This record gives sequence, structure tokens and C-alpha cells, in this order.
Amino acid sequence: MTCTEFISLLDDLIDDSVNDRMRADLLAHLKDCEHCEVTLNTTRKTIEIYRSHEIYDLPPDLRERLHAAIMARCKRGC
Amino acid sequence: MSTIQSIAGENEQHPDVALVERVRGGDVSAYDTLVRKYERQVFRIAQHITQNREDAEDVVQDAFLKAYEKLDQFQGNSKFYTWLVRIAVNESLMRLRKRRTGKMVSIDEDVETEEGSVPRDLADWAPDPEQNYTQSELAEILRKTIQGLPQGFRVVFALRDVEGLSTEETAETLGLSVPAVKSRLLRARLQLRERLSRYFKRKAAPAGNGPAIAPLSGS
Ligand SMILES: [Zn+2]
Repeated sequence: MTCTEFISLLDDLIDDSVNDRMRADLLAHLKDCEHCEVTLNTTRKTIEIYRSHEIYDLPPDLRERLHAAIMARCKRGC
Repeated sequence: MSTIQSIAGENEQHPDVALVERVRGGDVSAYDTLVRKYERQVFRIAQHITQNREDAEDVVQDAFLKAYEKLDQFQGNSKFYTWLVRIAVNESLMRLRKRRTGKMVSIDEDVETEEGSVPRDLADWAPDPEQNYTQSELAEILRKTIQGLPQGFRVVFALRDVEGLSTEETAETLGLSVPAVKSRLLRARLQLRERLSRYFKRKAAPAGNGPAIAPLSGS
């Protein structure tokens, strides 16, 4: 397996949607390829960081204001 | 409780469906519950697409109002959440179009890609690299980094990886094919990874009293 082939299957490996044989091939490549191992680990970390950090926080006061506005408009609509 | 919910079969009714039925029966307080449950997510998605806080605020209001008005068109066989997200995505794109008048905006924008390129930056990251930054510095880095992605990638990453929609749900929400979503997701993940490497890669020596956000020196 080449690095390009490995990268094209990176998402399937990360999302755990590979069959056993494919997984064995991917892991075999990883054993000998530091480049792809770093890519895999740091890509996983990238996803994890974006999942676990709120980058567009909705502050409580804004949330309440928006919520009130939505409900007022809905009630007016009916 | 959550375990039971997650293994519940498709015949089990999602709690949202019961709320939707109550709203249809005239119970506005049930809609209040739905809005509260999803307003943060809708705001986040709107921010990801419009990249503008005022627009995002408008989108949240308009999306929930539109969902309320169209509630009788909601089919119980799809999730209320993904249905709502689709409305929010459309409202966000409409906002963008208004802002950039004359310029067509669509999810298909800026997606020239060459498939399967191998990342160039080989540097490994420090362990727990985010700990070298304060929360607000980190949030700024993450915002700046994702804002640099082409819109078509950014939205796919936001829905799939941040909001946790499945590949199929993301495809349905954006009106894309499953292979298109997969291809964009891979490109988005790799591009974000490469861009974050500037901040997170292992330093030759531990950082001293230098600035927390190091300049992009060609070290
Ligand atoms: Zn490799």
C-alpha cells in the first residue's frame, strides 16, 4: 500500500468503517510509515479538538434574548 | 437511559416526534422545548456558514420561525433535528447571498480539489498541544483555521464532525451525494490538520516566556 492509498482511506479508518482485511492492510502500512502514522494521529486530534471546544459560544444573555424573540414571533404567527 | 435510547430500534419514537405532535396540536410550550434543545447548534451552524455573528443571530430566529410555520410539512420518518439543520443551512446561505449581492453562493463553491494528496507537513504534534494556549487563544486559533477553509469543505466538516451528523444525513441536508460528502470531509480534515500544525507541532525546545501564539516563523 502506498501513502496515497493510505490517505485515501484515512477517513474510513478514523470513522471505523473498514472491514477486517482492509484494516490489517492499513495497520501494516502504519507499522513502516511514520509519515502516515503522524498524519493519522494528528488528524484524529484535529477532529477531537474541534469537537471538544466551543468556538462559537452562545452567551447566556444572547441566548435568552434570541429565545424570547423566537417564541414571540411564533406566537404572533399563529 | 442514553444506552437504552441508542439501542432503541427504528420503531421507537424519537422524543422530538412527540413534541412536534404536541406543537401541531397547538401546544406552543412544546415548541419552546424544541427551540431550547437546538438553539445552540443552529447558532453554531449559522456561524460556521455566515461567519458573521449578526447574520447568525438572524438565521437562528428565521430558521426556528420557518420550521414552526412549515411544521406540518415535517415527515416523521426523518429526524426533526436534521430537518431543522437543513432549514438553518438554507437560511444561512440566503443570508450570505444578501450580503454579497450579485455573487452566487452555494455549497458547491470553491471545491477544486486534487484527490488524495499526501500531507506535506510531517511534524508531529506536542502531546496535548492545546494546553499551550489559553481557552480564548485556542478558540481564536480554531476559528481562524476553519474560516480559512473553502465554504464547501467547512460546512461538511461542521455538520459531520462538529455536529455529529452521519455522512448520509450530511449529504441529505446539503443536497450532495455521499461520495461528495466523503471527499470533502477528507479534504477538510487534512487541510485543518495541516493548518493547525503551525500551532501544535512539537517545538525543538520547550517554550519559555515567549508569546503564547508564536509567529509563523519558518523554523
Ligand atoms: Zn505512508
